Amino acid sequence: MKELSLNVLDITKNSVKAGATLIDISLVEVGSLLTLTITDNGCGMKPEVVETVMNPFYTTRTTRKVGMGVPLLMLAAEQTGGGVTIESRHKEEHPENHGTVVTATFHTDHIDFTPIGDLVSTMETLIMGSPEIDFTFTHDMNGHRVELDTRQLREVLGEVPLDSYEIIQWIGDFLREQYQPAE
Amino acid sequence: MKSLAELAAIRDKMKDKVVLREGTSDTRIVVGMATCGIAAGARPVLSAFVEGVNNAGLNSTVTVSQTGCIGICQYEPVVEVFQAGKEKVTYVKMTAEKAAKVIEEHIKGGKVVEEYTYTYATKA
Repeated sequence: MKELSLNVLDITKNSVKAGATLIDISLVEVGSLLTLTITDNGCGMKPEVVETVMNPFYTTRTTRKVGMGVPLLMLAAEQTGGGVTIESRHKEEHPENHGTVVTATFHTDHIDFTPIGDLVSTMETLIMGSPEIDFTFTHDMNGHRVELDTRQLREVLGEVPLDSYEIIQWIGDFLREQYQPAE
Repeated sequence: MKSLAELAAIRDKMKDKVVLREGTSDTRIVVGMATCGIAAGARPVLSAFVEGVNNAGLNSTVTVSQTGCIGICQYEPVVEVFQAGKEKVTYVKMTAEKAAKVIEEHIKGGKVVEEYTYTYATKA
């Protein structure tokens, strides 16, 4: 992946597929340490499945027998000296409190750190693809915070769907404006 | 600064349009957005289609959506165009520039851009 924001898009799509109704995407930069956390309330995975998603020869899709999403995230993290952990609670064992948390750490001062890239496009793409799901997004950059909570937008919008072109544009501008002071 | 008040104004403007939009799309543009598609550059392709369709004022008859892996990962980004009464067209190795041409010639003009299709790519 050319940008980490593409890994974020790809990994978050797993949460969508897991039937999540709320997905939290958080990036926290403290000094040269970046921690990416994607938390969902989807169906979760059993412990034996959690082990296999780290293996490129595991996938949920039926068109072929390899799944590269998590392995690519691991590659991006590990080549900077960071890593990936996955915690998951499957709905059968945790009917009240199921979901998955994927955490990846990166050393941004490492020469093999992949640039974060266009997170705004990632958020626009996710919301367009799943307008019925709520997303919370925060990006903390050494004290400067960018944030979005689709639940707040939904309160304002009523029955107007989040994936309307004008709304997606507004969301993009809203996030880009928040990024500006830091640039 | 963008405010929620501004969002409310957009909402009020759109309320009437929402009703018009339902169930009238004759054309569906579907972009493959699995790991393979994303890694190959599908995100800007999707944005180009969404923007292009809206700028051309076609959003009441054309929908743009995302799907998973179609199974021809080496040809990603892959875009499928479904039109009522016509055979599906599969475009391969798409870019934002190619997307603009597909909107102009195929979606607006009704003429398939043959040199971008899977059929053309696999003919040689």
